[in-house]
Amino acid sequence: MMNYIWAGIILLSVIYSFLTGGCAAITNAVMDGAKNALALIAATAGMMCFWSGIMKIAHEGGITEMAARVFAPIFRRLFPDYAQDKDVCSAVSMNISANLLGLGNAATPLGLEAMRLMSRRLNSDSASNSMVMFVILNTASIQLVPTTVAVLRSESGSSDPMGIIVNVWLCSAAALAVGITLAKLFESR
Amino acid sequence: MNVGIYVIPFVLFAIILTALIKRLPVFELFLSGARQGISAIFKMAPSIIALVCAVTMLRSSGLLDAIIGLISPILEPIGFPPELFPLSVLRPISGSGALAVLNDIYKSFGADSFIGRAASVMMGSTETTFYAIAVYYGSVGISKTRHTVPCALAADFTGMVMAVLSTRLMGG
Repeated sequence: MMNYIWAGIILLSVIYSFLTGGCAAITNAVMDGAKNALALIAATAGMMCFWSGIMKIAHEGGITEMAARVFAPIFRRLFPDYAQDKDVCSAVSMNISANLLGLGNAATPLGLEAMRLMSRRLNSDSASNSMVMFVILNTASIQLVPTTVAVLRSESGSSDPMGIIVNVWLCSAAALAVGITLAKLFESR
Repeated sequence: MNVGIYVIPFVLFAIILTALIKRLPVFELFLSGARQGISAIFKMAPSIIALVCAVTMLRSSGLLDAIIGLISPILEPIGFPPELFPLSVLRPISGSGALAVLNDIYKSFGADSFIGRAASVMMGSTETTFYAIAVYYGSVGISKTRHTVPCALAADFTGMVMAVLSTRLMGG
């Protein structure tokens, strides 16, 4: 899909600028774009590295397990099929907790492990209710500190980069609530 | 009420103190985490360059404004800023693409403008939905995803509408 989107953006931009006589702008845009891209990477790289380092300390310090213990009762309700399965419960809650703390590097392997454990009881190529619920939890952004956005805001001259955080929490919670409710409603289908 | 300024200092303090009490090698752990961080950025760099270039071309050719102008009669009456339309379309599909568009929005409107703040909330409260679905189901060979896509997209849609609404109401 990205092949078509990326190619489409470039081809259509060239055609449009040709039709409207703005070819010079496209030539400049290519050079500006490449420069902007590196500036964007340079602007975010330092803080992303620092945050990854801090989160590694947090993870090893047991923060993920702690969060996982706090959320365990909720997860047992969301995944009734696996409420008795300790391995699945722990992989699921570790994955969600890692996501919550913004530990992308740690979250994905834990999530894949949870999917593998859940698929052991499944003999078809169709997702189970619990799998759907788990993937929906992962497609909803449940990050406590929106680091990337905050860094980019501060680099773009924002006077209050973290000022969006309460809104982000509200919106994530609303999105998550809709996702979970719909998933539960569709389960019997 | 400004919670934002307290979050980072508190989190830093709590994490490092906890790790020290547990006698963990904090500095070495930090270095290994930061190393993972920099390699993640290196892995993302080519797609960021590809998409930032494409989005810059889209903006300077005038096509982006033309598209926004075209859909604004539909979005404006319902109170959704048409300038946020490209971000809301690209967000579930491509993380690098959304980052490129967000960067473009900050450059064009400013990070503290209404559009800039609503875009920040939108970016922070939604995920690269299709990527996550592909990775998770792909890893266990599941092809029938049943109600996953409609539910996940409905959640994203809620997040986006709420991003505009909350920014408008709270000024956040």
